[in-house]
Amino acid sequence: MPGKDPLLHSSVSLPEASAITSAGASSASREWVQGLSQTAKRLRRHIVTMLAEAGSGHPGGSLSAVDILTALYFRIMRHNPRQPRWPDRDRFILSKGHAAPALYAALAEAGYFPVEELRMLRRLGSPLQGHTDMTATPGVEMSSGSLGQGLSFGLGVALAARLDGKDYRVYVLLGDGECDEGQVWEATMAASHLRMDNIAAIVDRNQLQLDGWTRDIMSLEPLAEKWRAFGWHCLEVDGHDVEAVVSALEASRQVKGKPTVIIAHTIKGKGVSFMENNVDFHGRSPNAQELAKALEELS
Amino acid sequence: MSAAAGIKSIREAYGKALVQLGQINPNVVVLDADLSKSTMTRIFAQEFPKRFFDMGLAEQNLMSVAAGLAASGKIPFASTFAVFATGRAFDQLRVSIAQPGLNVKIVATHGGITVGEDGASHHAIEDLALACALPGFTVIVPADAPEAEQAVVMAAQTSGPFYIRLARPSTSVIHGPGYRFHLGQAEELRSGGDATIIALGLMVVPALEAAVSLEAEGIRCRVLNMATLKPLDTEAVVRAARETGAIVTAEEHLQHGGLGSAVAQATAQACPVPMGFVAIRDVYTKSGKAEELLRSRGLTARDIAGAVRAVVARKGR
Repeated sequence: MPGKDPLLHSSVSLPEASAITSAGASSASREWVQGLSQTAKRLRRHIVTMLAEAGSGHPGGSLSAVDILTALYFRIMRHNPRQPRWPDRDRFILSKGHAAPALYAALAEAGYFPVEELRMLRRLGSPLQGHTDMTATPGVEMSSGSLGQGLSFGLGVALAARLDGKDYRVYVLLGDGECDEGQVWEATMAASHLRMDNIAAIVDRNQLQLDGWTRDIMSLEPLAEKWRAFGWHCLEVDGHDVEAVVSALEASRQVKGKPTVIIAHTIKGKGVSFMENNVDFHGRSPNAQELAKALEELS
Repeated sequence: MSAAAGIKSIREAYGKALVQLGQINPNVVVLDADLSKSTMTRIFAQEFPKRFFDMGLAEQNLMSVAAGLAASGKIPFASTFAVFATGRAFDQLRVSIAQPGLNVKIVATHGGITVGEDGASHHAIEDLALACALPGFTVIVPADAPEAEQAVVMAAQTSGPFYIRLARPSTSVIHGPGYRFHLGQAEELRSGGDATIIALGLMVVPALEAAVSLEAEGIRCRVLNMATLKPLDTEAVVRAARETGAIVTAEEHLQHGGLGSAVAQATAQACPVPMGFVAIRDVYTKSGKAEELLRSRGLTARDIAGAVRAVVARKGR
């Protein structure tokens, strides 16, 4: 699968990423998948560490999004960490802004800023704000934190690409709880009306929102049918199978005349046993003991 | 002050200004929320269909899409009625536009109560308070068609978020062809040393009328058109306070959070003087003809004149 079309566009200039771009033959396929898995693990270690250091923040929804971000930043997207504002870059928009630590970890690993800066999360004067701030952090495309606005924003970015005749793509990551917001469906309707095929949405379907299970708080199912009814091409994947996520994102490029949504089935808190499916860790950072245990599990 | 040189539609001036901008700058794009026939963005849509996006009845989406366009180098003008632009999409103005300081121009029509018959839901009487509350926003309320046109062009040429409020009714033209709108500067329409009337939007004409009638009584008023509400020309306000010793503000908006509040804050810090506020009290208005509503809410030249007499009487007490 990944062998048939090497990532011609990918221009990530890091050694690790260049190694990924050269992966073409199927014999090398296990290698790049393993590489991505290692990257994902590092992101998870960064996330729990920076959150413990900050003393507040959202581990659950950050950890569930890690493999999606890994697929995007280290395999799929055309971007250049040395030129965060490169006009032809693919855009990633984090609509679920509380997963900022996951994005910061990916950006740091990709080379947008030193990994050491991650410990500045949520501190006074830090470029790493509690929720993403496009004016503060290199590589952050949108200021978010109030849910429901990212898909609309991404639609605006995708419309600009169309007007300018540019071929960059826009990827928007939404939470599943976020789909409670009416604006998500305004944007969904508009994107299919405008036949936008340069935008893909990914729903981090971890089934938990702050107050509990999404099925108990506000039923979303049948979620895929809702997106399809709104005119979107819909794919469903295991959001922790990075190879499957890459494959779905590649498939989204081939869909013409309509936008694509990938519903990524994930586990909130993925990778840390006591955080998995534990709503307590939606918005609570680990203490020192919990951090030690988490890092042990992620070694 | 030049006498009224006819009546002109402020909204039509907006639509025409957009076409002008569209011709000189390919990055100008326009968005609407199913009101393009009323906001007059339709004039632009007909000329530049590929750069016009009707987002349907979805104001939240409208504003965040505009933000995404601005983040990608476009100069989006987003239009709908003032009640919806601020009330329906306030969080989008705040998080998608104001916090990142994006270059979105919101031009909201049907400001104030002169929407008239449509009733309370359509009367934008809180919009200036909401727009002024957003850090980094420039807020403009033009008084007539020529000023609206120039303010729109100025907004396109100036980086950062703008909220421009336009009135529904056609209004008397007070600016001649040579008029130049200066962003952030009060325009002195009439000189006088006994009191100052500071007005914006549709209240500028009644302010001038009040000044004329007061002159017959021996009260000479300075009249300032404060088209740029934010950032406020505090220098002009303080000068008016020092030189005339009394101020009356006039606005088609609630008494709190708009022009009166801003002027009072400026004078309180630098030169407190007796002040009067011609504005809507803490109440919603019902359906009626625009003229009737203005009368019922005390927003006429007579009301302004009365307020001036009252502040002049308080001077030096």
